[in-house]
Amino acid sequence: MTAPCPEPLLLLENVVKTYPGHPPVHVLRGIDLKVRRGELVAVVGPSGSGKSTLLSLIGTLDHPSSGRILFEGHDLAHLSGSEIAALRAHRIGFVFQQFFLLPAQTAVENVAGGLLYTGEGPRRRRERAVEALQDVGLGQRLGHRPEQLSGGEKQRVAIARALVGRPALLLADEPTGALDSVSGSSIIDLLRDLNTKGTTVMVITHDRELAESFPRRVGIQDGQVAFDDVDDRWPATDSRAAGTRPRA
Amino acid sequence: MMSSVPRPARLSPADLIRLGMVGPRTRTLRSVLSALGVALGVAALVAVTGISASHQAHLLDRLDRLGSNLITVSPGVDVDQRPVPLPKESVAMLAAVAPVETVSATGATQADIYRNDLVPVTQTNGLSVRSARLDLLGALRGNLRVGRWLDRATERLPVVVLGSEAADRLGISGPGERVWLCGKKIQCGWFSVLGILAPNPLVPEIDSTALTGRPQATARLGDDGTPATVYVRTHPARVTDVQAIAGATANPAAPNLVSVSRPSDLLKARAETKTSLEGMVLALAGVALAVGGLGIANTMVVGVMERRGEVGLRRALGARPGQIAAQFLIESVMLGLFGGTAGALVGGATVHLYASVKAWPTAVSLTWVTAGPVMAVVIAAGAGLYPALRAARMSPTEALRSA
Ligand SMILES: Nc1ncnc2c1ncn2[C@@H]1O[C@H](COP(=O)(O)OP(=O)(O)OP(=O)(O)O)[C@@H](O)[C@H]1O
Ligand SMILES: [Mg+2]
Repeated sequence: MTAPCPEPLLLLENVVKTYPGHPPVHVLRGIDLKVRRGELVAVVGPSGSGKSTLLSLIGTLDHPSSGRILFEGHDLAHLSGSEIAALRAHRIGFVFQQFFLLPAQTAVENVAGGLLYTGEGPRRRRERAVEALQDVGLGQRLGHRPEQLSGGEKQRVAIARALVGRPALLLADEPTGALDSVSGSSIIDLLRDLNTKGTTVMVITHDRELAESFPRRVGIQDGQVAFDDVDDRWPATDSRAAGTRPRA
Repeated sequence: MMSSVPRPARLSPADLIRLGMVGPRTRTLRSVLSALGVALGVAALVAVTGISASHQAHLLDRLDRLGSNLITVSPGVDVDQRPVPLPKESVAMLAAVAPVETVSATGATQADIYRNDLVPVTQTNGLSVRSARLDLLGALRGNLRVGRWLDRATERLPVVVLGSEAADRLGISGPGERVWLCGKKIQCGWFSVLGILAPNPLVPEIDSTALTGRPQATARLGDDGTPATVYVRTHPARVTDVQAIAGATANPAAPNLVSVSRPSDLLKARAETKTSLEGMVLALAGVALAVGGLGIANTMVVGVMERRGEVGLRRALGARPGQIAAQFLIESVMLGLFGGTAGALVGGATVHLYASVKAWPTAVSLTWVTAGPVMAVVIAAGAGLYPALRAARMSPTEALRSA
């Protein structure tokens, strides 16, 4: 595997996450993972295998019990709390199954909120929010509130909010989990589209078929990497494409 | 090349205020209700202090009209607690003092007053009968409720002018009715009511007095010319000077046995004393404020629990724990500010309404109008502290998972 970029975007070395208790819960048991810039990664695995935990560790929302995580070359353990928060504000975008849109705010306000903690001024935040909504195809829904939007549209607003700050890494935890298959696949197409424009994307999904269409699939089982498959013909063009894949 | 770590950013005050409005915008009714407690407390504070200040302003206003330059000179008591009558010349002596503008007096009589001749003589109702000089009404700046004041003709006739309290106790509502004047050393007889005085807070003793003309009192009621009370109006700037020498002037032989007072002092003191009812309402307002604080605390705790998802999301968007705490603290403070301001407005309106019904001047205490909302804000900040810290301490992953 030859890296196109000398420094990986993300590097996990023997990452362990254990929740104390009786007995302690060993959620992640030594994860090694390297993600290069521009990759599109599907994370798959049975329920309770530790996928969400892995994503929140990568997203700096939680600390590993042991092991190292390097993001853009920085060891997260060496950064202060406010540096970590700034890293999330500027470099990492999150998309969740439940959207987490604020009900009293319009689509633009929700998306502009994605820049609130970056230090950007209110006018610029709004301008960029409008652009981001246009990028996800919701230019006509700027003033709508979440209750006036369909599930797929809500998730597009959430994706616009995650992308409005142009993060280096987009983390999506089952973004299609609350959607029907048609709007789900259009969301996946959107993520794929964003990836071709340069954003590194990691998506947790339960949909095997969807996962097959991703150029790289990381399987998690019992807190360990069970497989890490990379297609040689990526980026894939069709979200429903399920080609043969060589084991890495 | 390793890219540098982005710099942490601060939220602008405008952004913080906008963040504080997220909750109230989402749950408007609940926020309004939770601010109601402090609003009530502040309204009560402003209303009670304002009504009392308006009443005081009204009393002082009236005092102004009645004049604070009145001095009363009346008999003192000796060591045996027996009253020492004023010398007959005292009225003339006081009138001769330079800064004195007018002097008038009432004279003592031997009569008591009754509704009719069937009432037992011991039932005097605490009323007294005095003779009056014609200029008494002017000196007191008194007004008539109904009827007429004495004049050169009527001061010789068996007529009385009643103080307001005297008329009420006798059950007399207007002129023309008859009353029975009687005493041990005089011949009893019917007198007709000529007029009734309006209450005069400056000289409340006149309120419970029946006044007749001096010639009539001398002829029939045993008035020997001894003054009962001398009323002295002085130059407004020389009141205390006159007060100092009034005793010696009225009774040079025994200056210490003369009682000299300035009734406006008493009235002013009364206007400025706080009633116990006022204290009780203020205490209740304090309780309402405290309960209002608990209401806000409750709303905030519930709000934080309901909005775990929002907290987790904000952390994911790059919010620091301090920024989360600030958001909820500001929301709480805004509830207090809103409630406090609304309460101050309602309280002020209440004072205005009450004062205009009573025909008092409106005097809203500016101190309380500002202190009320400030107290509400401080209480709300205290109430929001725990929920805010609780939100800030949430682990982002737990907040997102449990939402
Ligand atoms: N705070 C915690 N304390 C104890 N156990 C925890 C805690 N958080 C998560 N776990 C456990 O860690 C395991 C992995 O959780 P995680 O949410 O990462 O799974 P997942 O792979 O995302 O599952 P799913 O596909 O159902 O979302 C689960 O068994 C869960 O019960
Ligand atoms: Mg999960």
